[in-house]
Amino acid sequence: MAELTLRERSVKGHRGPRLQPLDVPAEGAERFLPRERLRGEAPGLPEISEPAVVRHFVNLSVLNHHIDKAIYPLGSCTMKYNPKLNDEMAQLPGLQALHPFQSEDLSQGALAVIGELHEWLKAIMGMPAITTQPAAGAQCELTAILMARAYHQTRGNPREEVIVPDSAHGTNPSTVNQVGYRAVTVPSGPDGCVDLKALREEVSDKTAALMLTNPNTLGIFERQVGEIARIVHDAGALLYLDGANLNALVGLASPGAMGFDFAHINLHKTFSTPHGGGGPGGGVLCVREELAPFLPTPVLERTGERYSWNYDRPRSIGRVHSYYGNFGMLVRALCYVKSLGASGLAEVSREAILNANYLKARLREAYTPSHEGYCMHEFVLSASKQKARGVRALDIAKRILDFGMHAPTTYFPLIVDEALMVEPTETETKAGLDAYADVLLTIDRETKKDPERVKEAPTQTPVRRLDEARAARKLVLTWRDLEAEGAGA
Amino acid sequence: MLDTIGAPDQEALWEAIPPEFRVRGPLPVDPPLAEYEIARRFARWAEENADAQHYACFLGAGIYDHFIPAALRSLISRSEFATAYTPYQPEVSQGTLQTIFEYQSMICELTGMEVANASMYDGATACAEAAHLAIGATGRRVLLVSSGVHPHYREVIRTYAAAGSFEVREVPLARGVTTPAALQRALSPDAAAFLWAQPNFEGIVEDGAALTKAAQAAGAYSIASADPVALAVLKPPGEDGADVVVGEGQPLGVPMGYGGPLVGFFSIRKKDVRRLPGRLVGVTADLEGRRGYVLTLQTREQHIRRERATSNICTNQGLMALANTIHMALLGAQGLREAALQSMEKAHYLAARASQVPGVTLAHGEAPYFREFVLRLPGPATEFLKAAEKRRILAGVPLERFDRARTKELLVAATEKRTREEMDRYVEALTEWTRRGTRVTVQEAAWQS
Repeated sequence: MAELTLRERSVKGHRGPRLQPLDVPAEGAERFLPRERLRGEAPGLPEISEPAVVRHFVNLSVLNHHIDKAIYPLGSCTMKYNPKLNDEMAQLPGLQALHPFQSEDLSQGALAVIGELHEWLKAIMGMPAITTQPAAGAQCELTAILMARAYHQTRGNPREEVIVPDSAHGTNPSTVNQVGYRAVTVPSGPDGCVDLKALREEVSDKTAALMLTNPNTLGIFERQVGEIARIVHDAGALLYLDGANLNALVGLASPGAMGFDFAHINLHKTFSTPHGGGGPGGGVLCVREELAPFLPTPVLERTGERYSWNYDRPRSIGRVHSYYGNFGMLVRALCYVKSLGASGLAEVSREAILNANYLKARLREAYTPSHEGYCMHEFVLSASKQKARGVRALDIAKRILDFGMHAPTTYFPLIVDEALMVEPTETETKAGLDAYADVLLTIDRETKKDPERVKEAPTQTPVRRLDEARAARKLVLTWRDLEAEGAGA
Repeated sequence: MLDTIGAPDQEALWEAIPPEFRVRGPLPVDPPLAEYEIARRFARWAEENADAQHYACFLGAGIYDHFIPAALRSLISRSEFATAYTPYQPEVSQGTLQTIFEYQSMICELTGMEVANASMYDGATACAEAAHLAIGATGRRVLLVSSGVHPHYREVIRTYAAAGSFEVREVPLARGVTTPAALQRALSPDAAAFLWAQPNFEGIVEDGAALTKAAQAAGAYSIASADPVALAVLKPPGEDGADVVVGEGQPLGVPMGYGGPLVGFFSIRKKDVRRLPGRLVGVTADLEGRRGYVLTLQTREQHIRRERATSNICTNQGLMALANTIHMALLGAQGLREAALQSMEKAHYLAARASQVPGVTLAHGEAPYFREFVLRLPGPATEFLKAAEKRRILAGVPLERFDRARTKELLVAATEKRTREEMDRYVEALTEWTRRGTRVTVQEAAWQS
């Protein structure tokens, strides 16, 4: 039995928590507003008691897979453990019940948190300037490409194109398009890295920037990054690091040294802030000194012991968020880095890389790695052998769910046939990795002996495979649609 | 593990990283701290801030100190919600998916619209993305924006417009109100949409029906940026005929959080569903015919359409949208309406008394407002703010922040949480400050100018 909707649970007259009775004379809405500006009837929200609401959401919650339950190795999503202390600190009233427009004098603690986080992140990235205003990674991309446009504009020509490797996340080309540039795709070579010959042919005085994910989405470090930077810079263009895979570099390698002009960080990936079922994320954009004047307004400044926001920035691209970004995520990220400290940060990527290589080694016979050799923090398997037995990557992903574990990212990157993209993160122990490998090996055996079992999966989950085509064909997007459908049936 | 990998040592695993790009030695940051030491540091930072538990907060301007139920805090802290990600595997994400479906449903109930997405970053980006939608739908390139839209939202819209995809023109306010006449003057055949706020930034309730009618008569979309709590009392823009209704969801159960994380809501008519940015959940059935939920119409999104996607948004504000959902479920229609009405009553109580203080007036006179209003003071608003802070009152947002000429004006908000005692204390502080001001002749002279 599926969980009822709130609307279906609604009982006339039931109430949740009550408000304190009004302690000023009640005048009535009609005294304050013309009748035609008032709502005719109350909005169609449900009427439910507090215990019933709590049960509803608790019963829904247990239908979810989540990182506190078991491994969640979604490639490029970095589903690592989110320390509980982070949430506790972010929920301190003195860091949470703050209004963005209270005076700076009464917000020095909040500003110090942001300021200190900036110092840690600049050190990790090896870059001198920073903003934490973007709400997520995709908004960092947008911010950076707008900054690239402004930078080129001040040099007399905004340019026309942004180059994106074919292994890039979909956000890269869509960002490029949103900023009014043309996305030019460069292919990957047989080694999984950007094809330098093709890159040299594409780069020109029309190129505004190159967006590079490093390590790339195949989990391979672009070892020619120094040469890529030279090619891009020689053409007067800028080099952007999509930091989706930063969990491979923390404490190990420096994006600044590699020649990146921009680098973004997803706090919800590398810096352990909770993914929240799809946000809130936390976006950080680090830039080289020459680009700092274009950063979004305001920027945080420190004079002696006092912090302040600087709004007087004539070359800035402007604002990208209503206030200062996802402050609550900044508190969590600072808590995380301070817990790890210099020694802990040095371990993050080393452990993540070790875990990924171990898991890859255990699976490389049964499945087909996209590339041989060591990987960084993630790797991509192709289910091409299993496909020959009539079982697709999608089926394998669904079968994994039956074992109480989460599937890898599937069908990405697009350049690998039947892709399974696996990122175990440093959170997993050897025992946890072995358990996951055993499941994948069991499923491989099933594809030989009992492929139907894999194709029918999942059978142990709260619901079985869902008809996505039907959902798209007949859109049922609200309670009202659901009721209309019921009435029509 | 290294044996299984076949690596001589751990260093070998990252041999691909050229030595010149490696970090040599530990990073130049502090050593690790234990939990209790970290807690001590953060507690110190927390003490340096004036929070709404220790100060009576009359600040608004888009972020409000509304009541948040304990059950909401408890539910959104659950690992099952907080540590899951985007529901890529729907069979093990029905909890997240159904809550998004309920969120979409309730946003539509509030706004009077037909389809809502799974959330945007905040109210500002929701406005910018709404502009994109209208530009795509109309094939026109100008966005008209009322000056009654939050100044920061207007800044974000200008940032998004800088790419050259559209042009922004402002429609000025007259005594705090957007008038259909001013809109008529601004409308042109290249106007894709008119963006207005309900209530507007200065607290005034706009005539949404008249504005919408004027915009649509010129072939432009009517886009409303609405306050969701206000919509429990005000006629929803959907009933005014608006094409898109967006806004900031923070007042629905999200802490003020120094301005983030927030959550934008985004609702439209069915005709535009294929232009909708962000994620969308629909109902379907599983193999055994049981009701289930999936992400739908994903062909609009960047991971499939790449450069032809409707938006680049990927991670949105899921947990904050969940907070909205739980908040609306707990308060229900009656509770939310009561919170809205109490906020309105209290704002009017305070405004009536504050404007009786000699020298203090309501900047927009008789214009109807919801829970926020502009006070015009006899002297610099920032000086009154300092005086009020000494009494543990955060007295308002000085409009000087947004317009250097408006040094004497203060935007003041009240929610259901403000008490009569706090409001009386506010008026006392104001009375005392104006008296002290008139005794100091030098300052008085400055005030007269």
